Amino acid sequence: MPDVTKTVPEAAAEDAAVAAAGGALPEPSKPEKTRSLWGDAWQDLRRSWIFLVSAALILLLLTITFFPGWFTGANPTSGDLAKHFLQKPKLGNFFSADWLGYDQQGRSVYARVIYGARASIAVGFGTTVAVTVVGGLVGMIAGYFGGIVDSILSRLTDVFFGIPFLLGTMVFLTSFQNRTTWVVIGALSFFGWTQIARVMRGAVITTKQADYVHAAKALGASTPRIMFRHILPNTLAPVIVVATISLGIYISAEATLSYLGLGLNGVSWGNDISDGGNQIRVAQWIMLYPSIMLIVTVLAFIMLGEAVRNALDPKMR
Amino acid sequence: MTIIEEAFVPSPRDNDGGPLLEVRDLHVEFHTREGVVKAVNGVNYNVAAGETLAVLGESGSGKSVTAQAIMGILDMPPAKIPQGEIRFRGQDMLTMSADERRKIRGQRIAMIFQDALSSLNPVLSVGYQLGEMFRVHQGMSKKDAKAKAIELMDRVKIPAAAARVNDYPHQFSGGMRQRIMIAMALALEPELIIADEPTTALDVTVQAQVMDLLAELQREYNMGLILITHDLGVVADVADKIAVMYAGRIVETAPVHELYKRPAHPYTRGLLDSIPRLDQKGQELYAIKGLPPNLLRIPTGCAFNPRCPKAQDICRTDIPALLPVTEQDGGELPGRASACHFWKETLHG
Amino acid sequence: MGRYVARRLLQMIPVFIGTTLLIFLMVYALPGDPVRGLFGDKGGSPQVIAQLRHQYGLDQPILVQYWHYMKNMILHGDFGTQIASGRPVTDVLGDAFPVTLRLAGLSFLIEMVFGIALGIVAGLRAGRVTDNAILLFTLLLISVPVFVLGYILKVIFAFDLNWLPPNVNDPTNYNEMLMPAIVLATASLAYVTRLTRTSIAENLRADYIRTAIAKGLPKRRVVGVHLMRNSLIPVVTYLGTDIGALMGGAVVTEGLFNIQGIGGTIYQSIVRREGTTLVGLVTILVLVYLLANLLVDLLYAVLDPRIRYA
Repeated sequence: MPDVTKTVPEAAAEDAAVAAAGGALPEPSKPEKTRSLWGDAWQDLRRSWIFLVSAALILLLLTITFFPGWFTGANPTSGDLAKHFLQKPKLGNFFSADWLGYDQQGRSVYARVIYGARASIAVGFGTTVAVTVVGGLVGMIAGYFGGIVDSILSRLTDVFFGIPFLLGTMVFLTSFQNRTTWVVIGALSFFGWTQIARVMRGAVITTKQADYVHAAKALGASTPRIMFRHILPNTLAPVIVVATISLGIYISAEATLSYLGLGLNGVSWGNDISDGGNQIRVAQWIMLYPSIMLIVTVLAFIMLGEAVRNALDPKMR
Repeated sequence: MTIIEEAFVPSPRDNDGGPLLEVRDLHVEFHTREGVVKAVNGVNYNVAAGETLAVLGESGSGKSVTAQAIMGILDMPPAKIPQGEIRFRGQDMLTMSADERRKIRGQRIAMIFQDALSSLNPVLSVGYQLGEMFRVHQGMSKKDAKAKAIELMDRVKIPAAAARVNDYPHQFSGGMRQRIMIAMALALEPELIIADEPTTALDVTVQAQVMDLLAELQREYNMGLILITHDLGVVADVADKIAVMYAGRIVETAPVHELYKRPAHPYTRGLLDSIPRLDQKGQELYAIKGLPPNLLRIPTGCAFNPRCPKAQDICRTDIPALLPVTEQDGGELPGRASACHFWKETLHG
Repeated sequence: MGRYVARRLLQMIPVFIGTTLLIFLMVYALPGDPVRGLFGDKGGSPQVIAQLRHQYGLDQPILVQYWHYMKNMILHGDFGTQIASGRPVTDVLGDAFPVTLRLAGLSFLIEMVFGIALGIVAGLRAGRVTDNAILLFTLLLISVPVFVLGYILKVIFAFDLNWLPPNVNDPTNYNEMLMPAIVLATASLAYVTRLTRTSIAENLRADYIRTAIAKGLPKRRVVGVHLMRNSLIPVVTYLGTDIGALMGGAVVTEGLFNIQGIGGTIYQSIVRREGTTLVGLVTILVLVYLLANLLVDLLYAVLDPRIRYA
């Protein structure tokens, strides 16, 4: 029955932690150093299997992105239609061009899976950097200055938030014939910055009331200095969590746009899944392997975000 | 190092039949990632009907954990009770089924918590939370339960009870909220009440009112009361006897006034010396040096030894048992015991 | 309360204007021309095209067009004409809206029931194997893009097992709508599960739960009354705002299963450069979203007595 409360062990653990931090003084044992939020978070992360798995996957993906030649010698964009049209996978031939079969244009599915990583990773990272900078700035300014500035920026955020994300990016991308990586990043960022802005604004408003911020003001620190030296470091935790998770979401969104025919021109998992969808009754492998890569990639970033959230938010422990 | 058989400490008003509650050699530990936290290490005490036992100690001394073990609201795991007995009217509650224990909770043993704001459900009206006691334990109808709730609120002197019965906890002042907690504990006229720091969260003026109310109701219903506190001031007027806890053990027990006059343990003496007094104006306030021990690594011997001004070699090797103390001429001191190798020097020095 | 609602409604006006203007500008910045599109590759005579453009007001400055559009919409409930079919957009909407509402409603039900149930199970077992398994499951659900999941379910349940039809022919047939509704619900379902789990696990440690146990209440009452009543407040809030998101998010799902709802119509409008239809549909979605948010805020005050709106 009593397994419904968590209060007592928490209190005891807290007591123990308090004692562990200070109780070292009279004892001969070596003093334990007090750890910061980030130090604590790192200790937590190192022990989290979610973090270890996702970090390993992301490292592998980054290697594939930057050095696709290490993984395959096959060309992802040219195929021999006569020789390889819809050729079935030869799963025994690890890492060879015919390992995962060929598509309807006789191109190696394995090569396309490897070279497709670049588009997803570029869009994911590019968009995340853009929305973090834009959203972070808007949120910081709105939260710090308050009043009419806040009202205007908050309504502006509401406007962009009000349009369904995918819909907005679809209309945006329809304007472009040549959809480069930059265009797709631009479209996703144009509608994606609002979430970070809201998180940042909330964090800034909370931090702004802290005593040390008042102290810095009283000492005559300049506004940018207060914003970036005193407030920013304390707003990073929630922003990092949201940014990491949304990195996965943007990769997923890019693929979805490709599926709708509005994604990147060039090799991308989304395009291949979309093409493979048309062959689904005869050649499932065309869709299957890029789908697996896409899912694993998105999952890796979302798991990383989850692990970081758990580490940074003591309430989640 | 074996634990020496600890003394049975009789309580003064214990003559009619057995005690209401007996805690025997109770141990509680928490299994955490950092290791085993030994929160309670062999506690003995008893409480008779109508008697008030004050349990005194710093945070981490195990006083609240003991209370929660009695109440049966420890979360197991990570908490574990490796040994000990908690006898209520002679029956060991640790061997009862979960359902038997649940029927004792709230009905025969009730608990008052420190922070009434967080201890009351924020989204249910106080009338609902009070009435719930009657509805669950006595199968009363909603309407009758509400009438009973109003009656209870009157009982604990909440003005305009009938008008406020549908209000939510946040709409009351701190003192009134604590009265509601008391009313909830009293609802089914339990035989024993455990009050865990009932006044710590309140203003000093309100503290006295709430303590008086609690003492008055206790007399009226002839309940046993375990009052857990870290505040020596709160205890003086209401308690019959005191048990002082340190690092999960009782280090001294005594009738309340004797403890104030002549402590028999250096820790108790330290606590008493650190109370600010008017006649000491201008002098530096005494403070016990050092900090409470880490419960993951309790010092060997007497747990208080690293902070004790009287510590000798034996204190670092042998755990002192809680043994009866006597006058210098060997005369008995009823109800008094100390767990110090040098209790004589402390008591008579 | 009344004043709060009035203030919120006032705040909605600039957001409404901003959103519609933004979508209007984006749509009219699109290359291509719906009138030219009517004639296909052959191309009409320049006079005819100019006349049609004039008829639809496409030759006027964009802000003037916006002004006329909004004036007609608000004063006459006129959302313009779908150029391809010549039908009023309100008619198109009247056909599409109930279909999407049905799809979103079914999705909502799935997400609510399964999301909350999984969240409760995980929250009550926080930190144990069940919790970790559910966590992994929800992360996986979030990670699978809607269109991939749609394909997977189609292959398994429609092509291999033959249990469900691959496409929706009759949107009133819930058997046909089941698969699209599941696909649409998954991501939200995962969020509802996470939110419920976090909320339950957090409230489980609250002092008032300890009090409820100390009162000797049976476990089902501690969980069912004291824990649920508090834990579900943020979940209900999320669910409320998600109704709008489900309707807006139906673009992919409706395309995948060939459902003629708002999402499907929006997709076709984008492809055909149908500005008026697109603006009309998006305006409706934005209105639904704004009103849902307001309702959720008011609901919050009902659920949590500590919140009072002045």
